[in-house]
Order: sequence, then C-alpha cells, then structure tokens
Amino acid sequence: MTPALEISNLSATLPNGLRVLRSVSLAVHPGEVRALVGESGAGKSMIGKAVLGVLPPSVRVAEGRIAIEGTELGGLSPKQRRTLIGARTALIPQDPLTALNPSRRIGPQMTDRLTKILGWDAAKADARVRQLLDEVQIRDAERVLRAYPHELSGGMRQRVLIAAAFAAEPRLIVADEPTTALDVTVQKQILRLIAALQREHGTAILFVTHDLGVVAKISQKVTVLYAGKVAEEADTAALFAAPRHPYTRALMAATPRYTDPLASLKPVDDAVLAGLAEEIAAADRDWRAPHG
Amino acid sequence: MADALFRVRGLKVALPDMTRKPLFGRAPLAEILKGFDFDLPARSVTGIVGESGSGKSTLGRALVRLIEPTGGSVVFEDRDITHLAEAELRPLRRDLQMIFQDPMSSLNPRRTIGAIIAAPLKQNGMGDNLRDRVAEALKRVGLPASFASRYRHELSGGQRQRVGIARALALEPKFVLADEIVSGLDVSTQAQILTLLERLADEMGLTVAFISHDLSVIRRLCRQVIVMRQGEIVEAGPTEAIFDGPAHAYTRELIAAIPLPEVDPEWLGAVSVGRRG
Repeated sequence: MTPALEISNLSATLPNGLRVLRSVSLAVHPGEVRALVGESGAGKSMIGKAVLGVLPPSVRVAEGRIAIEGTELGGLSPKQRRTLIGARTALIPQDPLTALNPSRRIGPQMTDRLTKILGWDAAKADARVRQLLDEVQIRDAERVLRAYPHELSGGMRQRVLIAAAFAAEPRLIVADEPTTALDVTVQKQILRLIAALQREHGTAILFVTHDLGVVAKISQKVTVLYAGKVAEEADTAALFAAPRHPYTRALMAATPRYTDPLASLKPVDDAVLAGLAEEIAAADRDWRAPHG
Repeated sequence: MADALFRVRGLKVALPDMTRKPLFGRAPLAEILKGFDFDLPARSVTGIVGESGSGKSTLGRALVRLIEPTGGSVVFEDRDITHLAEAELRPLRRDLQMIFQDPMSSLNPRRTIGAIIAAPLKQNGMGDNLRDRVAEALKRVGLPASFASRYRHELSGGQRQRVGIARALALEPKFVLADEIVSGLDVSTQAQILTLLERLADEMGLTVAFISHDLSVIRRLCRQVIVMRQGEIVEAGPTEAIFDGPAHAYTRELIAAIPLPEVDPEWLGAVSVGRRG
C-alpha cells in the first residue's frame, strides 16, 4: 500500500549551515495516526511545515524526499506542488484564533477551500460544510456559520477547524498540537472527535505533539524526535510497553502521572543528555550537505 | 488545620467585563469569585486547580492583594488585609511573593539577572551585602553566581523560571503564589522546576499556593487541593482523599480527562460520527 505520506532522509539547514532536521525518515499509512513527539526545538512542527510546503524562507531542505501518496514533491513545479498539497492534505493548527480570519464569518471561511481550491459549486460546498459541522457535533450550524471567530469558544473554534480540515476529504492531515491550548475536558472531547472522524474517513494523520499522554491515546504509530533527529520509532503500544531509547525512557519518567506521583516527574538525567549530544555530533560528523 | 497562614471568608471579587463595555462609559462588573471560605495551612503547598475561567488566578491575585476583593475578608497571619491601602500593604509585600507563568515577560529585558534579583531586596531593606545575597539566591535555585551578569534572553526557559524563583525566595517570604509556573515548559524542564520548588518549600518552610490546570502535577506537589469552577469552590481537601474518592462529579470529570501516558483504547470511547444519514 502506498503511504499517504513518506518522508525519507530529510535534512534541513539554516543559513548558517546548522542542521535543524537530521536525516528524518517516517511514513504515515492510510487510516493511520502517527504521533510525532518531541520537546520544543526538536523540529516536529518544522516537519509538518515541510510536508505542507510552508517552511520559513530561512530554512532550506538540503537533502531527502517528501512524497504524498507516492508523488514526490521535489519533482513538481511550485504550482503543481501547491495544487497537490491543497487537494490531498489539510492542517489542524494549534491556535484556531490565528488560523481564522477575525473579520470574516465562519461560513465563507469554511467553504472557500472547497470552492476556490477544489472548484466545487457553492451549494455542494455548503452542504458538505454542514454535514461536517454535524459530524463534529455542532448542533446549531446556522449560528456558527454566521458567527465571527471571536464569538465562539476555543473548543468551538477548534471543532470548526477540524470540520474544515476533513471537509475536503484530504488523504493526509497534519495536526499541529491541536489541543495544546485547550482545557483538559475540552481536549478530551476534541481528541475523541478527531479519532472518530479519522476512523470514519480513513484519513492518515501526522499528529504533532509534545504530550506523551496524548500520544498514548490518539496514535497507533509514534516517532520520537530530539534535536531534529529521530530518537525512536515504534508502534505506540510497543513504545509504552518497552521504550528502547534512553531519551524516550527519560521523557516518560519526566511526564507527570497522577496514578503514580512519586515515580513520575523525574528530571532528565545528565548522562542521557550527554548521550544525546554525542549522537547528534556523530550524525553531523558523518553528514555533508549534497551541494557543499 | 489550626495553623492557617490565610483565612478567607466569603471572598468575592468583581472585575470590569471589557467584552460588554459600551463605547462610552464604564464596563459592567462581572463577578469572578462568588463568595467562598477556605483556610490556607501554613508551611504547606496547596494546589488550586481549575479550567480557564474558573477564577483560580483571580483568587491568587486577591490573596497577595494585587486586586482588592469586593466582598468578604482575607486574613493573613491574624491581620485583615482585605482593604488595606497600598502604603499599608508595602511592609507585607516582602512576605507575599509571586512566581509567574511566563518569566520571559516578568523579567526586565534591559537589566541583568543580578539587578533583577537585587531590586526587591533593596526595596525591602535587605540592601546590605547585595552581591552575596544575589549569589546565594542563584545558588539556591542551582544557578552559578556568574549568571548575575547575564540578561534574560541569554537564558533557557527553565533557567528563566529558576531566576523567577530565586527573585521571589531571596526575600525569604512566608507565602509564595506560583501561578501556572510550568505550563510553558517542556516536560523535562518542568520536572526540574517542580522538584526544585518542592525541595525549597520544604527547606524554607514556605506556604505555597500552587495554581495549575494540571492535576497530575498537583497530585505530586501539593498536600491539599482546592478545585474551582466558574468562581466557586467545587471541592477542597487533602490531595490523596480528593484523588482516591472525588466527591464531586466535576472533580471526577477533570481527573478522567487527563490523558495518562498509557495506551488505553477505551479512553477515547466509542464516539460515533453523528451523521444525519
């Protein structure tokens, strides 16, 4: 089966030559949720941006391939690339307030994508958006479609963006910390919705998060990232049963859990950090940018 | 708990609701805290947990009198501080310290870390041996004395939060308000900061009000918990009792919503997509 997303050997550099992604490889298969977990600066959002073709101008892809449903992005013209990304992928962002235009009503913001990018007619787009609002359990669709973003709660806004992401039937969704800004009870509802829609639509999701708790609940596969390098890749169940990399073990021990307060919240051991630094240094020693 | 540092009775706070403010004229008042009682036991860490809009930060601010309550009373060490004027509060400020969520915005970018820690010492009559006191404050939070000459942008998030703690504790206060102090930090850094605070609170015999949205963190750090929702106390008591047998449905819901780092297919439940067909 062709993966919905396949990243191989991806390296990205800053203008000063520093590598921010270090030969990253991962795949997300149709119908699968892969969590991409790491701490700040690990490069997890960077990978999401690379997939969606929205890397900041200062970041250069130095090496590697990104393929969406078997089509390699590097082999396309910029226009073809935008069309492919627009048609096959969608983003669920962290902060719905900045992702929505504050001066436009929700309705047109949701249908725009369908009419302008996919060329649907207005009636079809409207029907589709209403169906999706129903799927994310928004019962008063009429009010929400006419509302401005600030008139909705954070949880409501995130539902709207989830509905918008699934509306165009993308094959791949990049979810970038979609519940980080939410209260825990709302987070749980939103995670349930994402999982339910994902199952229903068979969508592949690359789920970027810093929270191992969220990883355990939402994903079937997981990639642990540290300093732009894959530390460990595993089935989610296997990772939590027996983490192999010392960094993964340290992250798990640092994560608070109310069921076992004394065994959790362990600061990361200096030896683990030293080992990681050595791994990164070794990876950089062996690597040379293909074009000098 | 006879030995209470704070006794709070019928506490009410109303603040202007700017979302309903007319173009001209005053914003109407919104009641943020709706009148409740509790005692804060001395030399102990009390967790205050709630979701956004619960009033937990407002409660913290009322305790240290950054805002003046509109009703009820706040008694600190047998002294009613509910309506004290700023000048009368000043001698108490040393004892009522705060650590904030985002040290990036609470540390002055143009002053050295040393100057930031020294300023409140000078204001509170502890200006002698400043250099030693600053070095001691940094040492206490595990930072070398050389950090005194650095600026905030040269520090990592965890180091900045250590400075926030150093500044508050340099005054050797009786009470520390810690408002979401680890929410912006990575888990590995979060663990370091919390174990540091735990150790210092114990060593210095501090009374701490630890405001957080994260019950897992509260479970680890706090001896008792106050659960808040929409300006009211839903439940309060010893941490273990609340976790072992939460009396209120809302507390149970909050605990159940925490995603533990354990695989559990049941957790997401069998939510079906509500299609009209």
